[in-house]
Amino acid sequence: MTWLQENWRQLVDYGLAHVWLSIPPIVIGFLVSLPFGWLANRYRVSRGVLLTLGGILYAIPSLPLFVLLPSLIGTKILDPLNVEVALTIYAFALMLRTTADGLASVDGDVKLSASAIGFGGWRRFVEVELPLAGPVLLAGLRVVSVSTVSLVTIGAVIGVNSLGFFFLDGYQRAFFSPVWFGMAGTLLIALVFDGVLVLLGRLLMPWTRSRRGPRARKYGAAQARVAVTSR
Amino acid sequence: MNSYTDAFAWLFSAKNWAGPTGIGQRLLEHLGYSGLTLVVAIVIAVPLGLYIGHTGKGRAVIVPFTGALRALPTLGLVILLALWLGLGLTPPLIALVILAIPPVLAGAYSGVESVNRDTVDAARSIGFTGWGALWQVEVPLALPLIVGGIRSAVLQVVATWTVAAFLPLGGLGRFLYDGLPIRDYAQMLGGSIIVILLALALDGVFALLQRAVTPRGVIAGRISDIRTTTQQSPERKERSWLAPEA
Repeated sequence: MTWLQENWRQLVDYGLAHVWLSIPPIVIGFLVSLPFGWLANRYRVSRGVLLTLGGILYAIPSLPLFVLLPSLIGTKILDPLNVEVALTIYAFALMLRTTADGLASVDGDVKLSASAIGFGGWRRFVEVELPLAGPVLLAGLRVVSVSTVSLVTIGAVIGVNSLGFFFLDGYQRAFFSPVWFGMAGTLLIALVFDGVLVLLGRLLMPWTRSRRGPRARKYGAAQARVAVTSR
Repeated sequence: MNSYTDAFAWLFSAKNWAGPTGIGQRLLEHLGYSGLTLVVAIVIAVPLGLYIGHTGKGRAVIVPFTGALRALPTLGLVILLALWLGLGLTPPLIALVILAIPPVLAGAYSGVESVNRDTVDAARSIGFTGWGALWQVEVPLALPLIVGGIRSAVLQVVATWTVAAFLPLGGLGRFLYDGLPIRDYAQMLGGSIIVILLALALDGVFALLQRAVTPRGVIAGRISDIRTTTQQSPERKERSWLAPEA
């Protein structure tokens, strides 16, 4: 407890840094995945190509990717941008598959009905397909959020400070407290992010609150699929 | 692109491959630790996953539990166990097994759950026992997803052993940790390239394995499914959610 008294200010600072490092990859990864997810769902060839590409990107281990990026995008090795870009790549790779699956889960008859009453392609996508794919997207986004918050800590190895700093600090000084508080802080951030996403989901998709019937089963299956494919 | 010239010069220099701190030895360490971790994780998680998938028992406990495990920062867990249990292979091994269990477990139980209940009922009705149905019907049909779960775990394990190389055990991550303080970017980049190639190669092997274990009937069934449903409406392709991706 004395450790906390002496270091709470640094803990809060690095916790906030952790939050700020986590948000851009989640948001950008999600937004970029939408058009590519649409493309992956649209044509058989693009589906194969894009999902394979996503799989390959997701297979790259994080620490080596942090080290590789400076040579690709011209940053310095200690630049936080390396971590941001790497985590955005993971978020994109994971969301790409979820978006494609989510859009594929929209009932074909519903899409035909929308077209029949005069929805153009773009409006049908934004107002019909996207909301109906929403629950699946949310499930994927929650996984992305949790894994991003956790992966930010690895950045500490290459000097990008987050709560991960306290892990290395604790190891170097053979001292438990920083590690415990670093872990607790990371879990807390993940939990808060998850809560925010669930809340956003309820606000944006009020119809999902009582999940019963066939859609509930699809949703469950999509979550299972996400559980298998995610790190 | 100067950094690549240096990195490849480092990679293709014979002296960097030989000896107890050479690339060859580090690669063997990395593969050895990763393999050991996977074997332990599979021995624990696959039977448990099959049991949960087959009986439906324990699902309510295990599913949120594996979700929560995913939120654990890998670096923190490795360090926590290293501080707690001291030096040696055991502490990081335990940490990595804990991290490898969720994907393997999820693959196993969702694999068994994804098997059509009618198929299992049919097997039971022609005389299979519960045990027989599990091994001869459910497991073969679940195998692509079980292997898929192991595939995720492989990536996780290879990545985390790289991070865990700050421990005095070696592995390919050593080159990243050794290069960082002395600003030897060629060594760091070279080491990163090997780890990435290793991960991609293993992922490829498991992708092929996943395809190889997909029963022929399942593939045939999927194709005919699409054909019959396209007759109803061109867009109505009910994709099988849990079907392995080619």
